[in-house]
Amino acid sequence: MIPELGHFALALACVLAVVQSVLPVVGAERRDARLMGTAGPLAFGQLVAIGTAFGCLAWAYLVNDTTVSNVVANSHSAKPLIYKFSGTWGNHEGSMVLWVLILSICGAAVAAFGRHLPTALKARVIGVLGWVAVGFLLFILFTSNPFTRVWPPPMDGRGLNPVLQDPGLAMHPPTLYFGYVGYAVTFAFALAALLEGRVDAAWGRWVRPWALGAWCFLTVGITMGSWWAYYELGWGGYWFWDPVENASLLPWLAGTALLHSAIVVEKRDTLKVWSVLLAILAFAMSLLGTFLVRSGVLNSVHAFANDPSRGIFILVLLMVYVAGAFALFAWRAPRLSPTGIFAPISREGALVLNNLLLCSIAAVVLAGTLWPMFADILTGAKISVGPPFFNTATAPLAIPLVIAMPIGAMLPWKRADLWAALQRLWWAAVAALAIGFVALVVAGYPVWPVLGMTLAAWLVIGAAADIADRTGLFRRPAQAWRRALALPRAAWGAAIAHGAVGISIAGVAGMGVATDTLVQLEPGQSTRLAGYEWRMDGLSDVTGANYRARRVTVTVLQDGKVVTVLTPERRTFIVDNQTTAEAAIHTNALRDLYAVLGEERGTAAVLRLHHNPFAPWIWFGGLAMAFGGMLSLSDRRMRVAAPAPKAATVPA
Amino acid sequence: MTRKKRRLMILLLAGLGLGTATALTLTAFQDNLVFFLSPSDVLAQRPPGERAFRLGGLVEAGSVERHTGTDGRPAATFRVTDGPSAITVTYSGVLPDLFREGQGVVTLGKLQPDGTFRASEVLARHDETYMPPEVADALRRAGHWNPAQGAAPPAASWNTAPRQPEGRSGG
Repeated sequence: MIPELGHFALALACVLAVVQSVLPVVGAERRDARLMGTAGPLAFGQLVAIGTAFGCLAWAYLVNDTTVSNVVANSHSAKPLIYKFSGTWGNHEGSMVLWVLILSICGAAVAAFGRHLPTALKARVIGVLGWVAVGFLLFILFTSNPFTRVWPPPMDGRGLNPVLQDPGLAMHPPTLYFGYVGYAVTFAFALAALLEGRVDAAWGRWVRPWALGAWCFLTVGITMGSWWAYYELGWGGYWFWDPVENASLLPWLAGTALLHSAIVVEKRDTLKVWSVLLAILAFAMSLLGTFLVRSGVLNSVHAFANDPSRGIFILVLLMVYVAGAFALFAWRAPRLSPTGIFAPISREGALVLNNLLLCSIAAVVLAGTLWPMFADILTGAKISVGPPFFNTATAPLAIPLVIAMPIGAMLPWKRADLWAALQRLWWAAVAALAIGFVALVVAGYPVWPVLGMTLAAWLVIGAAADIADRTGLFRRPAQAWRRALALPRAAWGAAIAHGAVGISIAGVAGMGVATDTLVQLEPGQSTRLAGYEWRMDGLSDVTGANYRARRVTVTVLQDGKVVTVLTPERRTFIVDNQTTAEAAIHTNALRDLYAVLGEERGTAAVLRLHHNPFAPWIWFGGLAMAFGGMLSLSDRRMRVAAPAPKAATVPA
Repeated sequence: MTRKKRRLMILLLAGLGLGTATALTLTAFQDNLVFFLSPSDVLAQRPPGERAFRLGGLVEAGSVERHTGTDGRPAATFRVTDGPSAITVTYSGVLPDLFREGQGVVTLGKLQPDGTFRASEVLARHDETYMPPEVADALRRAGHWNPAQGAAPPAASWNTAPRQPEGRSGG
């Protein structure tokens, strides 16, 4: 009964979405207040219907309802409760339900928090969100119904893929989806602005919090995914340039560009057409990401179950949305004339450069990600594009971007003096070069990690120089504290986010000098790696909630003193008889000691041992970036209502 | 600065960005594209030893041998087959969890002068029933398996299996 209720709620949501995509938009065209007024209630109704559907699916998972084929395929009664719940979205069908749930949450949030939005703009935004919802609800209902029953019901489910039974992965999809779907809202704002034929500073002010919020979630989602790959897949790597990873990086790059260009729209009332285009692109990249992940057209380590009919459906959705949006853009964009003008050397100019480089990186990543698919279609050649391609092709674009970051943040609006900005940054440049010198000569790093360390230091110290400059730390130290408190949170957020990029780069550079070894050790034997002595103490059996494991105890010593005891495991999950390696990691914030149990040969264990300098900084930097974004989001400017728009709004 | 001049400037900048991106992509493609070859392709084309490529097929049943390499590292030797031909692969490292005899595998590495393949990576899949699409394609091209007629036959029979006529499926 409950699954049928869920199925019905999904169908109801689809009908509501159709109504939502028509009435408010028609109302906005006709200036009909009653029709526009339906937007809010419809958005809330949508949330209730999809929330019910999601609740029903979660219930089926929690009680392990084996008459639902989706539960049978992806769950098992012996699974810990948290993974039963997270299993709701740990599969294709459930994750799509989560996708539309988040979309409806965003729609309801626009309706609830958008009281000060011009009524027509709000109606159009909610209408466009309805268009998106219709497509995805039809997709779920026609190709991936999560509530399909099986008869007779099997005794129990087949279990969740063991590598997915992990707290990191329980939270990874929802955060990533909040990011993807957040760009659906900026997309809706862009289309609404095109329909309206007007983009003004108020529009920029409304779009920026959504772009920023989506960016924060996407940043956290990517960070968690990377961290999960690091500790759970047991390969000791953090980023593989895998198509599915690229699928999340592409909207991030476009979204980062949007985030910066929206500042220009808001502050200077220019770059409007470009921002609208970026908002469309960011959502197109999100859809493309969904398509790549869900269709399995590209070969990926993530090898999700794939089904060509789903791929075609999403491809059609992608074409309809993107082609439709671009057609609307081509038709209406000429109406959005720029007003503000600026010199090339100015804050605006720096942000244009930022957009240019970010979009170029996105173009390179997109080409590398999609090329194998096109090569297969065009020539039939089976090729793959690996990390060497992405590293060599993106580095020449990323390096100028990083060099320009602290300088751009120092430039004033409209017209700037580049030399003055450089003068205020000279000590940051000297300090960064000094750190690079230390890395080269004292630590003896190879060239790329040295470059990485120098750039990282440049970003961190450059961000500090920005804050020092704004607070007048060196000119009037006595008042610096008071001025620091008075500084807008957006300024702090920007400085923290820019510095955090530096922290992540330092982590990446550190991974460039990571060392690892593969050894076969008998109990009592030891090996040396990176100045540590790693002693294998013995193997034992462990029993977990739904798995058996073999555990090896490795004691790590330095100068005869015990640093830590690592216990990597190999877990065999009882239900589906799959084995996974569970890495053991010891971190002291400056380096990770990382051990994986490969296999057993007699009484000996084959161990892979890694020493990863600065590795935790990669993810710490990612979280700090998102924190900077959040801080900027909490800025007073964002909370205070936008100035009343110039055109009279129709009273609701 | 006039509006016209600024527009020209932005166009030039965008062109520059796009041009750089294209140039970078093309040069990086030149050196870094990795081709996929089946054992039959390798025997037919004899790719030069300095270029890495991906070799895929089924792990021949009974061919997997785990031993300790000359450098003291654990190593493994196995044969990858697509039916008509098989190539011996040496790999210094621990085979992934989902590596099984008779299942699809994709390896990355270089061909040695003696005709063996020295793999630097053996790719694992999350899902053990998953057949890498290139491998499925290689098997189909070798004429031993028509995916339209059901699951792949047991791996033990691969080297002796009769060639099936290319059926109605067309792949």
